[in-house]
Amino acid sequence: MSTALDKVFEKVRAENRAALIAYIPAGFPTQSGCAKAIQALADAGVDAIEIGYPYSDPVMDGPTIQEAAEISLKGGTNAADVFGALKTASSAGVAAVVMTYWNPIEKYGVDAFAQAISDNGGSGVITPDLTIEESERWLEATSKHLINPIYVVAPSTADARLAAVTSKTGGFVYAASVMGVTGTRTDISIDASALVSRVRKTTDLPVSVGLGVSTREQAKQVAAYADGVIVGSAFIKLLLNAKDEQEGLDAISDLAKELALGVREGR
Amino acid sequence: MSTQTSDVLGHFGQYGGRFVPEALIGALDELAAAHAAAQIDPAFKAELAELHRTYTGRPSIITEAPRFGAHAGGARILLKREDLNHTGSHKINNVLGQALLTKKMGKKRIIAETGAGQHGVASATAAALMGLECVVYMGEEDTRRQSLNVARMKLLGAEVVPVTSGSRTLKDAINEAMRDWVTNVATTHYLLGTVAGPHPFPTMVRDFHKIIGEEAREQVLALTGKLPDAVLACVGGGSNAIGIFNAFIPDSEVRLIGLEAGGDGVETGRHAATITGGSPGVLHGTRSYVLQDANGQTIESHSISAGLDYPGVGPEHAYLHDIGRAEYRAVNDDAAMEAFALLCKTEGIIPAIESAHALAGAMVIGKELGPTATLLINLSGRGDKDVQTAAEYFGISL
Repeated sequence: MSTALDKVFEKVRAENRAALIAYIPAGFPTQSGCAKAIQALADAGVDAIEIGYPYSDPVMDGPTIQEAAEISLKGGTNAADVFGALKTASSAGVAAVVMTYWNPIEKYGVDAFAQAISDNGGSGVITPDLTIEESERWLEATSKHLINPIYVVAPSTADARLAAVTSKTGGFVYAASVMGVTGTRTDISIDASALVSRVRKTTDLPVSVGLGVSTREQAKQVAAYADGVIVGSAFIKLLLNAKDEQEGLDAISDLAKELALGVREGR
Repeated sequence: MSTQTSDVLGHFGQYGGRFVPEALIGALDELAAAHAAAQIDPAFKAELAELHRTYTGRPSIITEAPRFGAHAGGARILLKREDLNHTGSHKINNVLGQALLTKKMGKKRIIAETGAGQHGVASATAAALMGLECVVYMGEEDTRRQSLNVARMKLLGAEVVPVTSGSRTLKDAINEAMRDWVTNVATTHYLLGTVAGPHPFPTMVRDFHKIIGEEAREQVLALTGKLPDAVLACVGGGSNAIGIFNAFIPDSEVRLIGLEAGGDGVETGRHAATITGGSPGVLHGTRSYVLQDANGQTIESHSISAGLDYPGVGPEHAYLHDIGRAEYRAVNDDAAMEAFALLCKTEGIIPAIESAHALAGAMVIGKELGPTATLLINLSGRGDKDVQTAAEYFGISL
């Protein structure tokens, strides 16, 4: 099997660069604003988009994504909106995945959720709080519906554990750059490159780095050793701080273009 | 007998397990290993037992409550007096155990969540006793409802961080504590206060509280010559309930009854009766019953008792419910407050509003079973912290 996401990583490997992956919560800043933001990111040269499923108890997220999730949930975002945003992204010509805490999947129905991802052109799902020990039904579903199960690993993940997790992973391995929650950071810790090296000893899968990247310079640094650079909070901050929707869309478009240059400058 | 219900991954039937960021797995494994080692380490057990004897004030006594029992169908009412423990509730049992484990693991900082403030106060107390740094996360709403406990924690040297995200109550305090833990896991132990959360917390916290039931079972046998007909306890996360239930689980003739917070009434949707009114799901790292909507979003809970105001419940309770070993009923705010007032006036004991839910349950069960029945009730905490809430409820001007 080969998903659109797999093809993105084949392409960027051929171009000897890293992929730029953007994160935006469904229904943020509004349902229509989210669709426009997805289009703006795709037009600006993003390779893949993660659609966040806003959740009431986001323990892995810092204040920025928490705020965006709260705005989205107040707007009534539900599973159908998440799949709608996914379809918008896949239709815009980028690889599209959903990032979600586990409970919304379990509530929706594990097999049905994987099927809906596939039906809406999605390549996979990132599940930051699903451990491999609890993954049996999920892996059956992702395998059946030909989507990538994407797991997150951390600097504290021991080598043996890394091998166990990456052996279950598809699409790419999501390497959390630091010990902590999402949010922009001034320095991407040296932990990140060390973690990527350790991941590579366990798998041939692409490795993408997330948590903290917000500038072209950081994207360039990470692209030197990773196959993908994930940016979330930086886009969301721009949308939160914008005076109006158009200013926000222009701002994320400008940042995405800068980052797209960054991921091409790393090697 | 104590670990009969869970497997090595912390499952109780389909419940329990671990749903957490990979960043925490190492720390949870380390904790599970430290707990397992401590369980069979005579030196650890002796140290904890000595602390309980000389600091907590264990064993806690049993008080017979005949004047209260007259309002409970004439049933014989026995109160397990966890309210007499140092810091005023059962919470100290778990806190001292985990604080000792923290030292064993070489960590110098503990973080804790708190709703009513009882677990926060107990954590701050243990930190002071053992020279650990302590940060307590507390919903901003709760810091206002329980300002006295905020002051107590500060006097004990803890830092109290008001949590302003989400509903600003216990569940959001847990979210914030988990964010801290993910960031500082190398130096910090998360001293979780109930039998919920990822493995090993539900098992470990139960093991530190099971002394309640072990003592009570012997005390009741010595006093009455037989086992009680039913054991009752309030259930929020469920730590005091599992603590008193555990020793009686093999005694199939003893009914185990958990009383959940019915708030304005389960039918109104404004309640915290997770088993009675919720459905299976995942919250805060464990699979159990959860108050949630059709999309799996957590629904905010409501209860007059800050300590029961939580939209989740420990996975072992979910399991005991499903297999029919324990039963769970909801007690509304008004019924709990009636029982609260009754215990004050009939027995001269001011209970925590949490524990008053168990007392209200006893008033119903006692009438169902009649005067020949013996009911053992876990009086999990004292009501000093609730004086303001109770005064407002009963219209007493302060």
